[in-house]
Amino acid sequence: MTAVLAQGLRKTYGDQAALDGIDLDVPRGTVCGLLGPNGAGKTTTVRILTTLLRATGGRAEVAGFDVTTQPRQVRRHIGLVGQHAAVDELLTGRQNLELFGRLYHLSAAEARSRASELLEQFGLRHEGPAKEYSGGMRRRLDLAAGMILAPPVLFLDEPTTGLDPRSRAEIWRTVRELVAGGTTVLLTTQYLEEADQLADRISVIDTGRVVAEGTPDELKSKLGGDRLDLVVHDPAHLARAAEIIGRAASGPAEIDRDTRHVSAPVSERVQALTGVLTALAAAGIEVEDVAVRRPTLDEVFLNLTDTAGGTR
Amino acid sequence: MTTAVEGPLTRLHRPLADGWTVARRDLIHWANQPMTVVFGIAFPIMITLAFGYLFGGAVRVPEGADYFAFLMPGMYGMTMLFGLSATMIAVTTDASKGVTDRFRSMPMAPSAVLIGRAIADLLNSVLVLAGLLACGLAVGWRPATLSGALAAVGLLLLLRFALLWAGIYLGLLTKDPGGVVAIQTLEFPIGFLSNAFVAPSTMPGWLGAVSEWNPLSSTVAATRQLFGNPGWGGESWVAQHAILMALLWPALITTVFFTLSVRLYQRLDR
Repeated sequence: MTAVLAQGLRKTYGDQAALDGIDLDVPRGTVCGLLGPNGAGKTTTVRILTTLLRATGGRAEVAGFDVTTQPRQVRRHIGLVGQHAAVDELLTGRQNLELFGRLYHLSAAEARSRASELLEQFGLRHEGPAKEYSGGMRRRLDLAAGMILAPPVLFLDEPTTGLDPRSRAEIWRTVRELVAGGTTVLLTTQYLEEADQLADRISVIDTGRVVAEGTPDELKSKLGGDRLDLVVHDPAHLARAAEIIGRAASGPAEIDRDTRHVSAPVSERVQALTGVLTALAAAGIEVEDVAVRRPTLDEVFLNLTDTAGGTR
Repeated sequence: MTTAVEGPLTRLHRPLADGWTVARRDLIHWANQPMTVVFGIAFPIMITLAFGYLFGGAVRVPEGADYFAFLMPGMYGMTMLFGLSATMIAVTTDASKGVTDRFRSMPMAPSAVLIGRAIADLLNSVLVLAGLLACGLAVGWRPATLSGALAAVGLLLLLRFALLWAGIYLGLLTKDPGGVVAIQTLEFPIGFLSNAFVAPSTMPGWLGAVSEWNPLSSTVAATRQLFGNPGWGGESWVAQHAILMALLWPALITTVFFTLSVRLYQRLDR
C-alpha cells in the first residue's frame, strides 16, 4: 500500500517553477530518499506533503488523505522534522514534549507519560533547557517531538545537515529503529552516503524534477557498471597508463594528476584487469594500487544533475 | 488514535484550549528564565526614574503639579507601546526557528498560535504594568479614585491588545528577528511624538497636530482624566474627546491588524 503519493506536483512563484511535476510513490514501511542539490525542490516537496504549502498543480496523498482537501487528517498521521530543530529552546526536553503532546490533544497525564517514554527512547536525559543541548541532541528531541503520536508517516528534511559524524550515525540508527517499527519515512538529503545508507529507493531531484529513480544499486549501475581504478607510481607514466587502460575500457579513461589516479569504465571485470596489468608490466609502468569497483553515488549524482542542465 | 466528533462546542473550545496551551509555553519561559521577566519589569521603571529625576525639574507641568503625577500616565502608555516589539520578537523567533511550521503541521486548531500569542503577551503586559504602577505609587503618584484607576488600566490594556495584533502582523510579515530592530527604533520617536512627556501645543504646528492624533495621546490623555492626574487639555476635537478616542483608536487598530494577521497567517501556505 502507498503511504505517500505525488502526481505531477507543481509549485510556481510568478513564472518561476520551484517544482515542475514531481511524481513519488512511497510504499508503506519503506524509506524514500529525495536526493538533490540546494534549491532543487526537496524542501518545497516536503512542505507541500506536510500541508505547510499549497501546490500550484498536481495532487498528493499522505496516509491515504489528500493534502489539499483533507489537511487535518493528514496532520494527524504525520510527523515532521524540518531543517531547523523546531523546538522551544527555553523549555527543557520534557517541557517541549509535554507541550507538543498537549497540542496533539493528549491529556495532561498521557502527555507526561509519552514524554517520559520518548525521552528514554531517544536518550535525552539532560534536565536543562534545550538551548544547552548539543546539535545532535536537539535533532533527537526534534525527532522525538515528531514521534509523539507514533505517526505512520515521518518526514525528515535534511535531518543530519550540520551534524558531526557521531551525531549523524546516532540519527541514522534512530531512523532505522523507527523504520523497523513500521514507520514510513520520506527523507531529503544532499548527502549521497545518507541516501545510500537509509533509503530503499531514491528519487534524484534537480531543478524541480525527478531526474532519476530507483534503488541505490540501480542508480549506481545506471552509470555504466564497474570502473577500473589504479594508481601509478610515477606521474610521468600517467598518460601512457591511460592510453593502455583506454584500449581495454568501455569508455574514456580519466586522469587525476594530484593522486596519480587513472580510472575508466569496464564491462568485463577480470579480463580487463588482467589485460591491463599485463600490458602495464610490459610497458614498465609500476602500479601502486588497483581496484575494480562500482561507481559511488557521488558520481551518479554529478552525472545525473549535469545531464539535467545542472544550473541552479 | 481516537478522532473526536467536532460539534459546535469543540469548534469553539479547541482554539481556546490549544491557545491556552500555546500561551502556557510563555508562562513556563518566565518560570525557567525569571531574570528576563525581572528585566522586562525593570526597564520601564528605569526609564521612568530617569525621566522623573533627570528631566523632571526642567519640564513645566500643568497646574503646577508634581512632575511624576503628570509623567506616570505617559509612561504607562509608553510601556504599552514598547509591547509592539516584544510581540514581534516572539512571532519572528518562532517563525525563524521553525516552531510556527511545526505548529502548522500538527492537528491543533490553527488559530491557537495567534490566540496563544495574544494571551501570553497580554498577561506579560499586565505584569509589567503592575510593576510600573507600584513604582508610580512609590514615587508619589496617586490616582484619585479606584474606579477611575481601574477604567484607566482597562484603556491601557486595550491599547496593548490593539498593538499586539499590529506586532503579530509585522512579525508574520518580516519573519526575521533582525527586522524587529527597525520597529524598536521607531518606538521612542512614536512615543515622543505624543502628549506623553510634553504638550503638543509647544511643538511646531503640524507636528503638534500629528501628536494630538497619535493613538497613544488619546489613551494617555484619557487615563490622565480617569486617574485624576494633570493633563495638557487642548482645544482640538481629538483632545476634547480623549476617552472616546481611547476606545475608537484601539478598536480601529485591532480590526485592521487582526484581519490582516489572520489573512497573512492563513496565507502562509502560498
